[in-house]
Amino acid sequence: MSDQVKYADVEAGAELPIVNYPATRLSLVKYCGASGDFNVIHWNERIAKAVGLPDVIAHGMFTMAQAGRYVTDWAGPAATVVEFGVRFSAPVVVPDDDIGGTISVTGKVEEKLDGNLVALALTARSGEAKVLTRARAVVRLP
Amino acid sequence: MAINREYVGKTFPRTEPYEVSREKLREFADAIGDPNPVYRSRAAASEAGFADVIAPPTFPIVVSMAGSAQALADPGLNVNYAMVVHGEQRFVYTRPLLAGDVVTAEVTISDIKDVGRNSTLTTTTEIRTVEGELVVTAYSTIVERGGAG
Repeated sequence: MSDQVKYADVEAGAELPIVNYPATRLSLVKYCGASGDFNVIHWNERIAKAVGLPDVIAHGMFTMAQAGRYVTDWAGPAATVVEFGVRFSAPVVVPDDDIGGTISVTGKVEEKLDGNLVALALTARSGEAKVLTRARAVVRLP
Repeated sequence: MAINREYVGKTFPRTEPYEVSREKLREFADAIGDPNPVYRSRAAASEAGFADVIAPPTFPIVVSMAGSAQALADPGLNVNYAMVVHGEQRFVYTRPLLAGDVVTAEVTISDIKDVGRNSTLTTTTEIRTVEGELVVTAYSTIVERGGAG
């Protein structure tokens, strides 16, 4: 967990560092169980390919969760997320090897708002693909 | 066959109460690979200013999906679930979900439209405690590939 970010110390326009998050077949099996979303395209390569996908793909909500982790790790434990939205623009492909897929998240302080709120603009890529667009979170900082 | 536009504006019955448990929050945090102690330890959550262990920001999808599953299962809506992918997701939070909350989800279909060869279905789901407190609103858009027509 990161240190606590204070509203007064945040600068609009600041770029936040890139963080890479792994997405393996095991991650997806665990996410299926924890979320209750057992859509076969997240664990069955045969069916994923039969419906036109390159391979098994991560749940969109798994990818969004990594972006959420990026936000909360940056903001610190006493921050609260008041709004969080994304558009899923491409799937995260998860091959059956020891590496799987990688979700690379970056962020920027879009603006400082009244009420100790800070809006972050996020991007998430996997390989060459932009997997989240219009990703934005608003957090309340101490 | 297209998604039935007569369902725009329809609100489905509230789901059965869902009790948010510490063990489920830990399981979910493990599954997303997030080691943050505020999702696991009462002491860490308390130090951060919360009354109990909190849920990760995307956890409310577990509750809202129970509501949207009910809508998608309505044969009159005519969604081919095998062709569905997630298009957009947004949450607006009053506060984090906490272990011990007992909540229900109420799903309203807010929009159905064609986008090129696909159809999109947008739902608004209010997650409230059984006492009536609005905790989070989830806005979801799903895309039925090839669903236009």
